[in-house]
Amino acid sequence: MRRADPRSIAVWTVVALVGATGWTVLALARDEEVSAAWMVAAALGSYAIAYRFYSKFIAYRVLRVDARRATPAERLDNGIDYHPTDRRVLLGHHFAAIAGAGPLVGPVLAAQMGYLPGTIWIVVGVIFAGAVQDMVVLFFSTRRDGKSLGQMARDEIGPFGGAAALLAAFAIMIILLGVLALVIVNALAESPWGTFSIAMTIPIALLMGFYLRVLRPGRVSEVSLIGIALLLIALVAGRWVAESSLADTFTLAPSTLVVWLVAYGFVASILPVWMLLAPRDYLSTFMKIGTILLLALGVLVTLPTLKMDPVTDFASRGDGPVFAGSLFPFVFITIACGALSGFHALISSGTTPKMIQKETQVRMIGYGSMLMESAVAIMALVAASIIDPGLYFAMNAPAGVVGDTVQEASKAVAGFGYSISPAELAQAAKNVEESSLLSRTGGAPTLAVGVSEIFSKVTGGSMRAFWYHFAIMFEALFILTALDAGTRVGRFMLQDMLGNVYKPFRNVSWKPGLILTSAAVTGLWGYFLWVGVHEPLGGINQLFPIFGIANQLLAAVALTVCTTLLVKSGRLKWAWITAVPLAWDATVTLTASWQKVFSGDRRVGFFTQRSIYQDAIDDGKVLPPAKSMDDMHTIVTNSTVDGVLSAVLALLIVIVIVDAARVCYRHISDPEASRLSEAPFVESRLTAPAGLFPTPEEKREALEKADSLEKAEPTR
Amino acid sequence: MTWLLRGVRWMRWYVRELTDESAYERYVAHVRKDHPAATVLSRRAFERMRTDRQESDPRQGFRCC
Repeated sequence: MRRADPRSIAVWTVVALVGATGWTVLALARDEEVSAAWMVAAALGSYAIAYRFYSKFIAYRVLRVDARRATPAERLDNGIDYHPTDRRVLLGHHFAAIAGAGPLVGPVLAAQMGYLPGTIWIVVGVIFAGAVQDMVVLFFSTRRDGKSLGQMARDEIGPFGGAAALLAAFAIMIILLGVLALVIVNALAESPWGTFSIAMTIPIALLMGFYLRVLRPGRVSEVSLIGIALLLIALVAGRWVAESSLADTFTLAPSTLVVWLVAYGFVASILPVWMLLAPRDYLSTFMKIGTILLLALGVLVTLPTLKMDPVTDFASRGDGPVFAGSLFPFVFITIACGALSGFHALISSGTTPKMIQKETQVRMIGYGSMLMESAVAIMALVAASIIDPGLYFAMNAPAGVVGDTVQEASKAVAGFGYSISPAELAQAAKNVEESSLLSRTGGAPTLAVGVSEIFSKVTGGSMRAFWYHFAIMFEALFILTALDAGTRVGRFMLQDMLGNVYKPFRNVSWKPGLILTSAAVTGLWGYFLWVGVHEPLGGINQLFPIFGIANQLLAAVALTVCTTLLVKSGRLKWAWITAVPLAWDATVTLTASWQKVFSGDRRVGFFTQRSIYQDAIDDGKVLPPAKSMDDMHTIVTNSTVDGVLSAVLALLIVIVIVDAARVCYRHISDPEASRLSEAPFVESRLTAPAGLFPTPEEKREALEKADSLEKAEPTR
Repeated sequence: MTWLLRGVRWMRWYVRELTDESAYERYVAHVRKDHPAATVLSRRAFERMRTDRQESDPRQGFRCC
């Protein structure tokens, strides 16, 4: 037994006390306003302890990471996509790749249940499920030369489960893109300032692309600086445009924006990468990291008070206006990114394993990055909880419920059990220079109001509108990049699938196939976007649960692959570290799908909804919030599509889990018969620290290595 | 002053690595060391090759929601 050093015991006791105090204050708060500082303390204290103890246990006891084993980056080094990358750089890379709009949107919507359920799920979920998934996938993919999740599912579970996993991933990609695009439309509709600034990012990106391709190839930092400067100018110019005669040109109705976005998605995805995608990606990465750092700083400096209730009545009644359904299971699917996100498995199994220097670093890169993303989700929750609850509900309830005027909205909010006067609603919109904030669903505008509240406390009240549009721009920027990149990935999957039927499709540069598949993918997500914008019941209200289910189902696939691999690689004893989160995730998601398909509550169950509206159509009646017979037919069609989709997704995942259970059972009863496709052991010649700061032993090792190199090559 | 200089240098190194601006130097070093007989691409040709690779497999450098 190693004896613990007394100083370390003291430090960790203090950390534990800080975290515990945070949780106690949050849990015991009744009817008084609590400072966001306690939420931050609870989260950071828990992360520190989880990282120090649980992630270490997983890395060294369960995965048995081996510093002597060469990683794919070292063995297959080609100087381009496989190359050993400094751990601190890779941490930045991986974090920028996993954190996007997801952790900012989900927690804002989940705030309708109060801040406490969201906080608990974000912190507990990341520690026991999300970060574990990312780290374990990263480890196994590293042991397999950076194979993708789909390939691992095919190799380790079998062709049937593998195909189901691939189909699920494709469906999830489409829904994700549709919902993200919907968030953008809701943020930019009728907002000339926002629309102008976002539109300007296209010429800015084109200019940057030209610069990098023709003028000075590869000079990313300088072109990014130019780009960011232009972006800020576009942001300031947006205000002038909104006040000028050009305002009408940039004031677009939601359905017009849909056409523009779909056209943009299609054109952007068939243009060469260097022209739009690559430069946009630099811009959005810099903006993302910069804004997240600013937000963290802002929260810590201002330490705002939480105005939302810890737990609202919607949590148990299940009749919340933002999304229907009760706390279990719907909080756990609404917050995906930040707690547990299946999408991360696609990053942890693609790019990152090809760059990691040492197996021992999976803890810092996989577990560590995910804790950072979780912290971002906590900040989003803080931003949503510090604004007046009345304003929150007026912004996030569907248009059919809130009405068109501030008077109607004020009444609707009173109906939810909160209060805000018409004058206050009008003032809130005026503060951020928008014509109206009513029913700005999707999370982005709410987050922007919260962010502007925090930032303007630091910079003075006059900057409030600027910060609001800054936050909108920052989210819109990376959602647009995601639309472009996601369409390409979806197209790639479709080309691969169609390639099995008609060979030329497999050649990714075959132009007709490329245009056809791009059009198909944009058409598919464009359909969901169109539906979402024209949905009388509220697009976010109807579609976000399907998005959540889809994302959590992908997590179920990833956790299934992890559990199968743990069992097959002789770690049966420890398989619970992914099997328990899998069981939880499967329970939550399948319950949610079940309720979405079979629930008798018309706000929750798609088919009940369908039959109620269908019966009304047969009787010739129009049920609110529908305003016409056309609306009624729209609701019936959409509910059918949404219901079928929820059922199909759930079915696909059940197939994957059952197929994997079969493989695990076969392995346990006859270990000799199963085959593990791990890359063979090669001795590593690199030395690199495992954590952020090198330990004394690691420093000594590095020095010895340098000495021996000097002796071997005296000329250097 | 020296610590300030070191900090600035470190930031420059970090940004260049994070944005992959240093990819070309890494590639040249790699070719010179492991394939001394091979010709080294010009920076322009190298950067073109890199974006073309991303074109053919969009999963490279994909970002999440």
